[in-house]
Amino acid sequence: MRNRVLYAFAVVSAALLAMNLYTIFMKLPDELNQGMIYRIIYFHLPAALTCFTAFFCGLVASAGYLTTKDMRYDAVAASVTEVGLAFATVNLVTGSIWGRIIWGIWWTWDARLTSMFVCWLLYVAYLMLRRAIEEPVQRARLSAVLSIFAFTDVIIVWKSIEWWRTQHPGPVLTIRGGGGMAPGMQAPIYWNWLAMMLLGAILVAVRMRQENMRREIDSLRREAYAF
Amino acid sequence: MNFFRGAAVIAAKDLRSELRTKEALNATISFALAILLLFSFAFDPDADMVKQISGGLLWLVFAFSSALILNRSFAREVPNDCLDALISSPASGAQLFLGKAAANYALLLVVEAVALPVFGIFYDAHWTRQLGLLVLVLLLATWALTVIGTTFSALTVNLRLRELMLPALVYPALVPALMAAIQLTNVLVGSDTLDRENYIWFRLLAGFDVIFTLLGLAMAETVFVG
Repeated sequence: MRNRVLYAFAVVSAALLAMNLYTIFMKLPDELNQGMIYRIIYFHLPAALTCFTAFFCGLVASAGYLTTKDMRYDAVAASVTEVGLAFATVNLVTGSIWGRIIWGIWWTWDARLTSMFVCWLLYVAYLMLRRAIEEPVQRARLSAVLSIFAFTDVIIVWKSIEWWRTQHPGPVLTIRGGGGMAPGMQAPIYWNWLAMMLLGAILVAVRMRQENMRREIDSLRREAYAF
Repeated sequence: MNFFRGAAVIAAKDLRSELRTKEALNATISFALAILLLFSFAFDPDADMVKQISGGLLWLVFAFSSALILNRSFAREVPNDCLDALISSPASGAQLFLGKAAANYALLLVVEAVALPVFGIFYDAHWTRQLGLLVLVLLLATWALTVIGTTFSALTVNLRLRELMLPALVYPALVPALMAAIQLTNVLVGSDTLDRENYIWFRLLAGFDVIFTLLGLAMAETVFVG
């Protein structure tokens, strides 16, 4: 039953992504100044929004674990963080490609890029910490604390384009006070966000199943050692 | 037990044991001097260059060398199960954290007080011109370093890969504070005057200190006890 739901979600997500690709590449015109490369924003921005959503879920799940000590929250936190990190990587790589075309450089040390890279490093450290601790309860507790600390950087990334004058472009979406983009060009950003969120949810579900199995194996192993 | 008195007792214990053995302090100071020496090979330290990079150089020296003190802070409690004794003492997790942090802060400031004049001599930097503001930057940024370092030192104390994990956690988390400290120190040692644009870095440092001190205090009990 659960498999079927997952497959259904996967089909919806794939259809949505295909539809978005058609809109982005076939229907939308090139941008006046940037030409065709501007289309990368339809992957760059939704990937950022998806990874922030994932990290926020990680924060909530970590707080949930610390208050309830329920290991299921730990499985959620680990899964969403791992998936979030994948989307953060997509965000950094697409941003870098865009920078190479528009700015002529792959990378610049402005506040937004730096804070996003720091964010990526912090969540990599989170996964490293999880691997470094063998005892499950200690792993859950310490990684939950780190997740709460790491989330402060997500807030800095989010606010960095307001706090500093950065080389990174300001907000483009109308809901964040930006207005540089025609409404017709903004809509696919939301659609692709939805597709990526669906894809993320599927990956989280698969990853959580793996985490639950691992927990089961851990407890069986402990039982075997006890004899 | 009064909250601050409990923390002070732990800080005094840490400082006393460190001053008697001087194991972390000596190693850290000589490491800081070694990095200062190594940087002189990395670039040609003429007046203009020093003006441009003095902040980065100084704070990298402080940040790298501090890892030794921060690592020792909790690691020295592991043999003979001293950490368990501390946790089962009447002091709360937050007191333990604050006491450890205060002792680390004092030690890091000693290292900086030694490394700063040496930096001035080696690189002919005029760091005393705006000493008051520079001291303020040192106090604020060192507290940021201390608070992050002490929290993560506590977090990693029982890990097999403690020495490897601590830098991987501390340096990324520290970037906003280091960035602010480097910008401000560049201006102050380069003998420029602070303009309004620079004050955002002071605000960032102060905000960083407050947020992470509160987070550290709130999380201490969870980190130590669970």
